[in-house]
Amino acid sequence: MAEVTMRIWRGDASGGEFAAYTLAQNEGEVVLDVVHRIQATEAPDLACRWNCKAGKCGSCSAEINGKPRLMCMTRMDSLPEGPVTVAPMRTFPIVRDLVTDVSFNFVRAQQVPALLPPPMPEGGYVMFQEDVERGQEFRKCIECFMCQDVCHVIRDHEDNKRHYAGPRFFIRYAELEMHPLDQNDRREYVREEMGLGYCNITKCCTEVCPEHIKITDNAIIPLKERVVDAHYDPIAWLGRAIRRKKKASAADAAVQPTP
Amino acid sequence: MTALESSTKVQLGGRKGGPDQPTLRQDRWWVQPVVTVSVLTAFVIYSTWAAFQNANYYVGANAHRDLISPFYSPCIASSCVAGSTHGFVLSGWTLSPALLILIFPLGFRLSCYYYRKAYYRAFWWSPPACAVADGHKSYSGETRFPLIMQNVHRYFFYFGLLFNVMLTYDAVRAFHQPGIGWGVTVGTLVLVVNAVLLWLYSISCHACRHLCGGGVKSFHAHPIRHRIWKALTPLNAHHMNFAWASLIFVALTDVYVRLVASGVLTDYRLF
Repeated sequence: MAEVTMRIWRGDASGGEFAAYTLAQNEGEVVLDVVHRIQATEAPDLACRWNCKAGKCGSCSAEINGKPRLMCMTRMDSLPEGPVTVAPMRTFPIVRDLVTDVSFNFVRAQQVPALLPPPMPEGGYVMFQEDVERGQEFRKCIECFMCQDVCHVIRDHEDNKRHYAGPRFFIRYAELEMHPLDQNDRREYVREEMGLGYCNITKCCTEVCPEHIKITDNAIIPLKERVVDAHYDPIAWLGRAIRRKKKASAADAAVQPTP
Repeated sequence: MTALESSTKVQLGGRKGGPDQPTLRQDRWWVQPVVTVSVLTAFVIYSTWAAFQNANYYVGANAHRDLISPFYSPCIASSCVAGSTHGFVLSGWTLSPALLILIFPLGFRLSCYYYRKAYYRAFWWSPPACAVADGHKSYSGETRFPLIMQNVHRYFFYFGLLFNVMLTYDAVRAFHQPGIGWGVTVGTLVLVVNAVLLWLYSISCHACRHLCGGGVKSFHAHPIRHRIWKALTPLNAHHMNFAWASLIFVALTDVYVRLVASGVLTDYRLF
């Protein structure tokens, strides 16, 4: 029976190193299966986060042979011959082994100004199919945070976490900005407070997304173009000046609606 | 209370897992940047050389043809050769006419969302490939000058449309061979394909998609813009392919016209 060598990062905040485990490779296995077999045999203290084993919970994100991937959706027979390297996500602080502290993302989620619909009309809100379909793609996000992990803005520049939300939240902002019932204008907020301008469109977030969301083409670039409308376009400046229309500030957008 | 005030603060620092090395990738991630650098460098060298040549960019009535290189169209300088202008001439410009106009297509491509990805990765190493360490210690993206100027892309798009109209006009003019009549030559087809590729590149542009319909809050309230947006979206998915195809073909078109104008090639009449 064929054997495979897994090089798995073992360690915590005090340091770590790769440990090699050689074991039989069974047909049809995914990386998470092999990690579980290592847990069950050679290394019961190996820490990894997982839940659904079906690519829907977004828990088992790791870097397999250097690329962010879901362990449960990466078939062993899809990997090239030779040892398989499994490391924790690089962007977030390590907790232990393959488990990282992704709380940065939960803080950014708290900072998304909520939907601000108009007062409920008689008969309730109405949304049409074409407007529903537009945001559907963004709601496929399983929050695996691999797009955040691969984004070099925060992966390689820790300081940028101060003023950058990251691709996962840009799809949330895009979804809200494209919502026909939303009356909030987050364009300045996204530019000033969430650092949309730091994104340089290298599309790595799109490449790693397990849900195949076109993060860059359908969320980030449309959001950038909306920011151009609101902030950079001189003809839009002129239009606002003629109509004496005030641009919504970042502070205006950040105010949460009263429940 | 605002969303920022009510949230907890972002915590920085903390030891990261994995070894301190630029990448753990084992595949040939460097192939794509190498190809991008090679093709774009070759194009820049060729187009600079061609722009400074100031010769062999037009095949005129003497050869019973009306073919102009896209690098020199619209030819608006007083130094343009006879027959190559479109009526308007900027007097006093004695340098190559290409230098007057190439800034616009150059600006369109430099600020293009696809090319940004390509050259930030390949030339600036920011990052060279996904999950490969950034080549710079600090990074401010497109928040400061000069990169903040990428936000004027839509204006280069508008200029690009004007150029497409001119190059389409050139392609139509190429169907008429002076002294012979209407017909199709290899040169005609070259100019037509060039114009078609440039149109596809322009209308598949992300700024175009936004301006035509993507910018609206409700598709239901703007049905015509929604239909245009729906038509452009599949083209936008191929923007990268159109970007490369149109870039390479515009250079090949210049090569073809140059070879015919210098007498190396004969522009065959097909029918």
